[in-house]
Amino acid sequence: MTKSKLTISLFAGLVALTACSSHQPKAASLPPAPATKAPAPNSNGDVDTGAVRDTVVLGSHADFLRQVGTDMVHFALNSHDLDSEAKAILDREIRWLKKYPSTRVTIEGHCDERGTREYNIALGEKRADAVRDYLVKAGVANSVNVISYGKERPLAMGSDEDAWAQNRRAVTVTPN
Amino acid sequence: MSSVIRKWAVTALMAVSSTALFAQNPAAGGNNAAPANQGDSRRILRVDITGGISQPMPIAIPVMPTPNSVTTLAGTTAVLGRQVASVISNDLKSSGLFSPSQQASLHNVSFPEVTAPQYGYWLSSGAQALVQGFVQANGDGTLTVGCYLYDVFASQEMLHKGFVVKPADWRRAAHRCADAVYTRLTGEGPYFDSRIVYISETGPKNHRLKRLAIMDQDGANHRFLTNGQSMVLTPRFAPNQQTVTYLSYVDNAPRIYVYTLGSGHVRSVVNKPNTTFAPRFSPDGKTIVFSMSVAGNADIYKVPVSGGQATRLTTSPGIDTAPSFSPDGSKIVFESDRSGSQQIYVMNADGSNQNRISFGSGRYATPVWSPRGDLIAFTKLGGGFHVGVMKTDGSGEQILTNGWQDEGPSWSPNGRVIAFFRTARNSGHTELWSVDLTGVNERHIPTPLDGSDPSWGPLLP
Repeated sequence: MTKSKLTISLFAGLVALTACSSHQPKAASLPPAPATKAPAPNSNGDVDTGAVRDTVVLGSHADFLRQVGTDMVHFALNSHDLDSEAKAILDREIRWLKKYPSTRVTIEGHCDERGTREYNIALGEKRADAVRDYLVKAGVANSVNVISYGKERPLAMGSDEDAWAQNRRAVTVTPN
Repeated sequence: MSSVIRKWAVTALMAVSSTALFAQNPAAGGNNAAPANQGDSRRILRVDITGGISQPMPIAIPVMPTPNSVTTLAGTTAVLGRQVASVISNDLKSSGLFSPSQQASLHNVSFPEVTAPQYGYWLSSGAQALVQGFVQANGDGTLTVGCYLYDVFASQEMLHKGFVVKPADWRRAAHRCADAVYTRLTGEGPYFDSRIVYISETGPKNHRLKRLAIMDQDGANHRFLTNGQSMVLTPRFAPNQQTVTYLSYVDNAPRIYVYTLGSGHVRSVVNKPNTTFAPRFSPDGKTIVFSMSVAGNADIYKVPVSGGQATRLTTSPGIDTAPSFSPDGSKIVFESDRSGSQQIYVMNADGSNQNRISFGSGRYATPVWSPRGDLIAFTKLGGGFHVGVMKTDGSGEQILTNGWQDEGPSWSPNGRVIAFFRTARNSGHTELWSVDLTGVNERHIPTPLDGSDPSWGPLLP
């Protein structure tokens, strides 16, 4: 989640940078200071702040997240079985992937910290492979790569049940 | 007296290569001139290592004098004499079997006194054993470190050795002296003159920078081998210590590699589009045994170190990993969850005759065969991780550590001490630790940053 937010803001930042470089303002021609009163809502009901807004490019990872709702599925302790919740998420992923069959996908497998290092590399691979298997059996034509990070890349930092549950995951990574 | 020392130092010891060579005084004859079987019923000074650590042996290791203080590339021989004594003292203390006196409280030993100890003084100091020696600059730019062990009660020399080293290798001479003393007094094999390769870690728990690093067993001479651009894990020394095999995520693909110490050359081992991990060398250094995941299923394979065709050794649908050869190369111990939970199995080196040996409560991981062949160290999971040992048939299980997460055991060259890493709850900080077979002597191994996955190499040649 954090990663995708970061991606969006980075993307917005890039657009802003590009805009700046193409209209390099000189010190003498600086625009007037912005009005201090609160901007009025535009016709969409959004507040138009005058800043660069991010637009979701169809087929991008941001689009994936908007359509699927998440980019990860979770697992029970020491398990690589996909439960009904995971399958429902993957079914939405499959619909999206079939729309963009040329998009290359990487499935990252992750574990909580309650296994030894090498076992977790193997277990993370099993989780990622379970996702790949589900996608491929559903007929997605995308190139699907898997990589296991074992317990080396936790999402939640704590050492408690909640953190461990968040960290037992497979993440579908699509290009930005 | 000094001429006697000089005579044997010159005749016994010559450094002919970049590594330290040593020999003992030929005039002494035999191995350390051990008095054990001389028909003499006199009590032999010996550390009892069998019944746990009842009382570490009081030992004095005074500053080693120099016949003539000379400036070398590693400092003056006078300063080196102090440093060598400190390294020996630290080594012996770290074994948990010795209690060295404070160096500063000991009287200054003169050069002639090295071979003629003042037994009365040492007896009154409370020391049972005395290590004296000297540091001498040789004309060819090398150093000679003399090393003498005395039984204070018996007023008798127990061993003398000399080590010729380049000044930069002075710590190795000190470790060799400590090894000689340790071996003479305990009957155990040496282990101080050895190195550890491990993973240096730093940064937040979700984004750790992990680098391959190497150091002496006491933490000295630390050096990073990789820059941290790619995550690296689970290094293991080759038996000849010229190379290290490890797991790297270079190009976002976890694969096993071989790193050549010295040149820094790195090469891939298995040319397959699959994840490969958990690499270990065979005792003859010719084979690497490892795990490979195919369609999600991890099995154990072996491959010639030079590369080539990988041979599959296990075929279970479970996770088979963490292989470790027996010292004679005939068997491999590994972990598998084929029964439903991680357990330890032993098979022949060709993959035949796979038998489960762990049957206690909880899960068992990362088995490592002792260099003595008699024990298997492991990580036990269940209410935390703990390092333990069992006999090779699975009997006689003993848990040695009690941290929150202690994992990844690696044996010292003499099979009496186990290095492992300890992870802290929540913060994820990692530290290297060692514990001896009694489970009593647990020690932190100092590293500049956090540390994990220690691999304790064999004795240096």
